[in-house]
Amino acid sequence: MRELWWYIGVVTCLKLLLIPAYHSTDFEVHRNWLALTRSLPLCQWYSDETSPWTLDYPPFFAFFERFLSFFASLVDPKIVHLHEGLNCKSPTAIYFQRLTVIASDSCLFYAIHRLARNFGPIRRNLLWILVAWSPMLVIVDHIHFQYNGFLLGLLLLSISFLMEGRDLAGGFIFAVLLCFKHLFAVAAPVYFVYLLRHYCWGRGLLKGFFRLSVMGITVISVFAAAYGPFAYHGQIQQVLLRMFPFGRGLSHSYWAPNIWVFYIILDKMLVFMLRKLGFSFNPPISSFTGGLVGDVSSFSVLPKITPLTTFIIVLIALSPSLINVWSKPQPKSFSRWVAFAYTCGFLFGWHVHEKASLHFVIPLTVLAVQNLEDAMHYFLLSIVSCYSLFPLLFERQEYPIKVLLLLLHSLLMWLGFSYLYRKTELCEATVAANKLGGPHKASSSGEFKICSMTRIYLFGLVIIELYGQFLHPYLLGNDLPFLPLMMISTYCALGMTYSWIWQLRQIIRL
Amino acid sequence: MGTKKKTRRTAGTVLGNNDAGDSISLQWLIHRGLGPAFVAVSLFGLLIRAAVSLHSYSGAGNPPKYGDFEAQRHWMEITLNLPPRDWYTNGTSNDLSYWGLDYPPLTAYQSYFHGLILRFFDPDSVALFTSRGYETYFGKLLMRWTVLGSDALLFFPAVLYFLYVYHYGCNSRSSCEVAWHMVMLLINPCLILIDHGHFQYNCISLGFTVGAVAAILSNRDLVGSSLFCLALNHKQMSAYYAPAFFGHLLGKCIRRRNPLLEISKLGLVVIGTFAIIWWPYLYSTDAIFGVGNKRQLISSFSCTFFFHEIFHLFLCQVVSRLAPFERGIYEDYVANFWCATSIIIKWKRLFMTQSLKLLSLVATVSTFLPSMIQQIRSPSGKGFIYSMLNTSLSFYLFSFQVHEKSILLPMLPASLMAREEPFLYKWLILFGLLSMFPLLHRDGLTPPYMALFALFFLLFHTNQGSKDLGLGIGHSSAAFQYSTTVALLCSFVLHFVYLTAIPPEKYPYLFEAMMMILCFIQFSLLAIYCNWRQWKLSEDLTRSWKEKKLL
Repeated sequence: MRELWWYIGVVTCLKLLLIPAYHSTDFEVHRNWLALTRSLPLCQWYSDETSPWTLDYPPFFAFFERFLSFFASLVDPKIVHLHEGLNCKSPTAIYFQRLTVIASDSCLFYAIHRLARNFGPIRRNLLWILVAWSPMLVIVDHIHFQYNGFLLGLLLLSISFLMEGRDLAGGFIFAVLLCFKHLFAVAAPVYFVYLLRHYCWGRGLLKGFFRLSVMGITVISVFAAAYGPFAYHGQIQQVLLRMFPFGRGLSHSYWAPNIWVFYIILDKMLVFMLRKLGFSFNPPISSFTGGLVGDVSSFSVLPKITPLTTFIIVLIALSPSLINVWSKPQPKSFSRWVAFAYTCGFLFGWHVHEKASLHFVIPLTVLAVQNLEDAMHYFLLSIVSCYSLFPLLFERQEYPIKVLLLLLHSLLMWLGFSYLYRKTELCEATVAANKLGGPHKASSSGEFKICSMTRIYLFGLVIIELYGQFLHPYLLGNDLPFLPLMMISTYCALGMTYSWIWQLRQIIRL
Repeated sequence: MGTKKKTRRTAGTVLGNNDAGDSISLQWLIHRGLGPAFVAVSLFGLLIRAAVSLHSYSGAGNPPKYGDFEAQRHWMEITLNLPPRDWYTNGTSNDLSYWGLDYPPLTAYQSYFHGLILRFFDPDSVALFTSRGYETYFGKLLMRWTVLGSDALLFFPAVLYFLYVYHYGCNSRSSCEVAWHMVMLLINPCLILIDHGHFQYNCISLGFTVGAVAAILSNRDLVGSSLFCLALNHKQMSAYYAPAFFGHLLGKCIRRRNPLLEISKLGLVVIGTFAIIWWPYLYSTDAIFGVGNKRQLISSFSCTFFFHEIFHLFLCQVVSRLAPFERGIYEDYVANFWCATSIIIKWKRLFMTQSLKLLSLVATVSTFLPSMIQQIRSPSGKGFIYSMLNTSLSFYLFSFQVHEKSILLPMLPASLMAREEPFLYKWLILFGLLSMFPLLHRDGLTPPYMALFALFFLLFHTNQGSKDLGLGIGHSSAAFQYSTTVALLCSFVLHFVYLTAIPPEKYPYLFEAMMMILCFIQFSLLAIYCNWRQWKLSEDLTRSWKEKKLL
């Protein structure tokens, strides 16, 4: 425990130092939410349009902002003023909001403390280092500005309850999490099937039905607590309209590294080839690189993708894990299923943001410190997904910081894993694997190494970065400014797809 | 529930064998050798530096004179646009009253080199005249990156060299301790705050000094003295260490078979290094005999540049820029003897500047003399570092015109022997930070100050740090514990009061004065302790010799 405090202290010092760093428009988004939850009555929260950054998170997050706005009004009333506070960037506002993010991370720290307390010292420390010092969280939360650490803390907390066999508590916390941020709902099918199978099924009809109703009442009461006040004011439709803005395009202005990148590129290539052959096309209404969030996806050759299509594809993609959950509902594999579900959502989802890769990288850490094969996969995945966040911080000032964060993380990860999975541990690991009865027969060598494919892939990453930073401006100047970004997302999409296939294979073998 | 218990047990049995006890050591960091560990610590150090550089700098947005940041940028502008012989002279295009160059030529060359980089990326930032007060986003960034680059290319390799020399062949020291020492050397909060926050290039001269120490410890005296000359020629403040280097090298030479030859070899290297650096100024007779009062210069510098005396002839013009005697015996609230005692004795009113100069010279020389003599009598690697600490502390406490930032100089030798004297190092850092707090607060660096204060505390007290090294050697008596706690408490209270309370109108600098007195007491106690330790070192040595003889 003392060490955990130490890790938290060190990373908190770093976060404090990063306070003046660049922050995205999300900063103003959250400030606006502070202001509108403070100044407006509840019934107007989801209909207010003073600022373009309207409230589009579920009610618990709005309540959370309301809670924070109380302190904000004590610190500086201007922060929470609906009109005067617009685009307020005073040092007090920045310090206040940054400090709320730092403070809300305590939820994450508690969660990893709970998760790690059953592990041995090395594994525990490694988990703490990998999560508490995660460069992705530092980049997204403490530079770019969001509250992911807090939300992921809830997710990990729920996983830790489920891994201990406390299904009701786990389900309750997941329901709470859904009322904080609905993007986490991708894993809801996994939760549903798991809880049905592990908590309710196979305990006799009466007991099973009793448990089902207990779980149902718990979840429903959480949702009632969240949406009830809005339903009372007749605002439910407005709330849902805000939360699911399907007017947005298939891809975000910067393409998240998922399967749709290949789809878009295939479309462009087909257009190019067919034009060469003499066909003519009406140019699409808006291009994907336009940079506007409101884009509606349109393709020239390939069929149009609708939100429903992506929804069905995601469901199909995660169905193997659902079957798996039903047939072998073991608590220890739970984080694997959750991570897989989020990977499916990331890879095939509608309007996915690159930050969503946090949702599966963080839960996978729990597996990586337990299992050599997972560690080797995690090593690649966490580097790729951290690298895919680089375009978030596009200003020059943060360039050395993001590079150093990634390098330091990779080095610590390599040192930690290669210490954990040493040669000397070979026999013990084999024994452990046999004892756990898992399918992972302690992998052949028992030693952590980076395989040659990973090396080649990571080397390619370095080349892409060097090209984008140095060679591209030198060769093309300001022409084709989106080309480096396109290369990053395409290349990272390769790694993400590999990770998805790898995880799928693990789940089928389970 | 059954599965839960089972997993817990298996996890316990698997992992119980690997680690004894519940506490983590730095073992995982160093199991691949010290190379990767050094890279990891360096990356972390650079990350902290880059994060500190996001903050404000001295004189940000404060015309007409701005601060040290503008000074450094102005020097780049001057060195880039004027020929070397005009760098130090007042002229139509070089107004010395606006941040005239007042560091030795190596700083000028460094400015020139960095100026080239700035001109390549942002020509406006170093344009003659028009760039004064240039404070754009990109300009600031480039300047910050030059410091970051100098740190990474000079200070870090020097530290690596030192660690290699210092810990090589000492099997008794575990790698964990070396890793801890590495962290202490590379993450020195004061140095980071001054270089990457306030804005200076101390990492260069201190890096040369560390390299020089490492070379001398590995018996490469010629390389060492040449590196030290580079340090001296980057910042004349490095002369704080000159008596230690002089004493140690002299002591070593007279123990060799042919002392005269050894001394002349060293002299030649020193003269050669100086000649190369001062080459553009050796030609111009104007620069040598034209301006300045030669006798004054010799009197002031003979105390510091013992074996560099031959150069005083050439120093006139440049040196008159380097030694700011017109500024008075102390400035602001620096925690040295003159400033602390001026509350009782009004030195500035009682004495003329001329006699104050003499007084401070006598005080400085008489306080560093014992330490230097010890090194001449029995030179040893350990004693050499102690001696560096002692001489630099006596300069800080007693010499003329000391700046708060000069506490960085005693801090360096303290960090070099942080392994042997952890308490000393910690104490010096804690009160060094306090003594610079008003300065850093003026620069708007309070948040990074607090973050680095906490970070230092955490890094110093890694399990490895507190458990194996112990806090202070032979000091664990109750009275000692009590007094250190009181001092620390005073420090925290003063920080708090300085930030929140408004001083009484009659004494607007009351809190600064209180901080200064507290720091002065700590520094002088540390100086006494260190001198005692250094002398005890030679006693131990002579005793062991005698025992050997008896055997």
